[in-house]
Amino acid sequence: MDITVIWAAIIALGVFMYVVLDGFDLGVGILFPFFPDSSERDRMMHTLAPIWDGNETWLVLGGAALFAAFPVVYSIALSALYLPIMLMLVCLIFRGVSFEIRGKARRTKNLWSLAFMFGSAGATFMQGVILASYLQGIPVTNREFSGDAFFWITPFSLLTGLGLMATYALLGVCWLLMKVDGDLQRRLHKLVTPLTIVLLGFIAAVSIWTPLSDAAIARRWFESGLLHRLLPIPVLVVLTAALMIGVARMRGDRMPFILALVLVALGYIGLLVSIWPYAIPGSLNLWDAAAPRPSQLFALVGAVIIIPIILVYTTAGYWVFRGKVAQDAVYH
Amino acid sequence: MELNALDLSRLQFAFTVSFHIIFPAMSIGLASFIAVLEGAWLKTGKLHYKVLCIYWSKVFAVGFGMGVVSGVVMAYQFGTNWARFSAFAGPVTGPLLTYEVMTAFFLEAGFLGVMLFGWEKVGRSAHFGATVLVAIGTLISTFWILASNSWMQTPQGFVVSDGHVVPVDWLKIIFNPSFPYRLAHMSIAAFIVAALLVAGTGGWHLLKGRRDPMVKTMYSMALWLLLILGPVQILVGDQHGLNTRKYQPAKIAAIEGLWETEKGGTSLNLVGLPDMNDEVTKYAIKIPHLGSVILTHTWNGEIKGLKEFPKEDRPNSTIIFWTFRLMAGLGMLMVLLALIGLLLRRGGRIFENRLFQRFSVVMGPAGFVALVAGWITTEVGRQPFVVYGYLRTAQAVSPLTSQSASISLMIFVLVYCVVFGTGIFYILKLLAAGPSVDALPIFPPGLRGTTGGGRRALGAID
Repeated sequence: MDITVIWAAIIALGVFMYVVLDGFDLGVGILFPFFPDSSERDRMMHTLAPIWDGNETWLVLGGAALFAAFPVVYSIALSALYLPIMLMLVCLIFRGVSFEIRGKARRTKNLWSLAFMFGSAGATFMQGVILASYLQGIPVTNREFSGDAFFWITPFSLLTGLGLMATYALLGVCWLLMKVDGDLQRRLHKLVTPLTIVLLGFIAAVSIWTPLSDAAIARRWFESGLLHRLLPIPVLVVLTAALMIGVARMRGDRMPFILALVLVALGYIGLLVSIWPYAIPGSLNLWDAAAPRPSQLFALVGAVIIIPIILVYTTAGYWVFRGKVAQDAVYH
Repeated sequence: MELNALDLSRLQFAFTVSFHIIFPAMSIGLASFIAVLEGAWLKTGKLHYKVLCIYWSKVFAVGFGMGVVSGVVMAYQFGTNWARFSAFAGPVTGPLLTYEVMTAFFLEAGFLGVMLFGWEKVGRSAHFGATVLVAIGTLISTFWILASNSWMQTPQGFVVSDGHVVPVDWLKIIFNPSFPYRLAHMSIAAFIVAALLVAGTGGWHLLKGRRDPMVKTMYSMALWLLLILGPVQILVGDQHGLNTRKYQPAKIAAIEGLWETEKGGTSLNLVGLPDMNDEVTKYAIKIPHLGSVILTHTWNGEIKGLKEFPKEDRPNSTIIFWTFRLMAGLGMLMVLLALIGLLLRRGGRIFENRLFQRFSVVMGPAGFVALVAGWITTEVGRQPFVVYGYLRTAQAVSPLTSQSASISLMIFVLVYCVVFGTGIFYILKLLAAGPSVDALPIFPPGLRGTTGGGRRALGAID
């Protein structure tokens, strides 16, 4: 088996874990404007308090694994996407710190709610921008970024930023449906259908735009002979969305989250299909950008043993905090 | 003064990493302290241990969160601002960082939830296990990051091919010449940081008149730890210095403000002002032979002066001469604090001497100051290299405009000051409030004289 491909797969999986896990965390923040009541916001944040840090750690793993297995990609992509990454990091700082401080603040509690909200929304938007810019291709010369500082500002990247916000908002709603009950849960249910439709809209827009703007991607989807294998993806997307709306009507607790996961997974697979076999779309393929074999091997040995262990104790942690978060739960 | 992308990136890295390091340093020391407290409670059943455990967990939680978010910045900053370093050294530093994430960050994050919020969700042993694992996670983290950072200082175990490093021997890479000393020095430093913080807080509350078991126990424990670790740290620091003289002689010359290689014994510049342009240390007060004694453990040992190195290879002596002395001076004060504490203990007056309590309060932040001073010494001393002897910092920066670099630097300075300033403010508020029996979920018999039991919220500090 090709180690380079294995590492690409590990990174893809790690980023997927991040998108799903921090997706719902950030999504909760994005939902704050819809739930202005302070004690409801407390409750929403309590569902996240024990697990948000572990969720965010998948972002660090994604970056570190990229550094280890594709250092050239790490160096090109991160320096190219300098400003959006910096803005994302700053938003994550506001989001992360507000977990601790909002609970302690008295006079400035509303400010910290805003910090949580804008931090979550901003980080999400920037991640969408980063994704889109990455997809559209980073100008590379001699294995270094050779574009200008604002190349990432395009209509497509702004669209994707908004689309990701819708995605995370949906994930956030579906997470909260599992973790709260009563009137709050009832009002959350009302958001599922509209968010799913908005998300479908964005998926459609991105799906149409990407092959239109990039001939290589169009070729892969439509001319490579794989169309019959790839067609199920958009079909499944529509089916899942329909199910979601149906399930929302039935007031299911867990199904919406599972279906949201399926939707995100399908979108993600679509993305991977568009990227393969590039490490930097348009410039470097995976093998051009791979780290030396000793680096790949050393890190792989650890990853193969340790990541499953991580999954086990992470699941255990979620299981400890299973069930609904009470209306007046107090955490430290 | 027009600053280019290189200078701005250096400033930004220095700023963000200096802020960052204070949080994990506190976390490492406090996590182990909390684990010991919880273990003591489980073993003895004495409730003041539990009160202390819960109290310091609150302080720990705020610091830990800030450590995480400032740490994410570091993980990405290698790529954003130091792309050429990342492409060159990534094959070594990338896997080391990945191991840090996999074996340490996930471990801390995975069990932090149970440690902070899971008191009533899991049994006593399981909770204690979670606390211990968080503490272990912080120590594992220290291992990997010091391995990576030390490799940058004394690199070995690789070849350079095609414009980047290629690992040859991972054991040599990780256990490079300076690693054991730097790992020991930093780990001990983290515990000293926490010990001083706890002792300072204890002193503060003793001055306010509190004499309950919580305050007395934490004060005593912290001072015992300082008594053991202070002198050990001086020994470790000494060995670290010997190692640095062997592998980075220019750094030692700059730390000592030494320009000429002296024959027949090197004196120590106690104070002075090194001038990089005039190549001399002005206003120096010298003690003959002491330089040799400290740095070579012989009377006449030779230490190379800065003039033996080309100008472009000399680290900034004006800076690290003084940051080193700040760190070492504070270190001696720490040992003094611990020794006076021992004397007072013998006299049975450890909780009653107000001057000593004031001394402890003033020394509260000393650990943090010494920590940053030491890190500035070692990292500025590594200049002009980012990978010592192989890649210069000037060659390592990303293809960035100074405009982008200015924007990010300004944003970081503003955000860090506001956000972390607020976080530190809340930590200080917690410290000023002190450990409180009210913070326990169940009324603890015997620890308070008054009535008023029942379940109380853990948010008692507000």
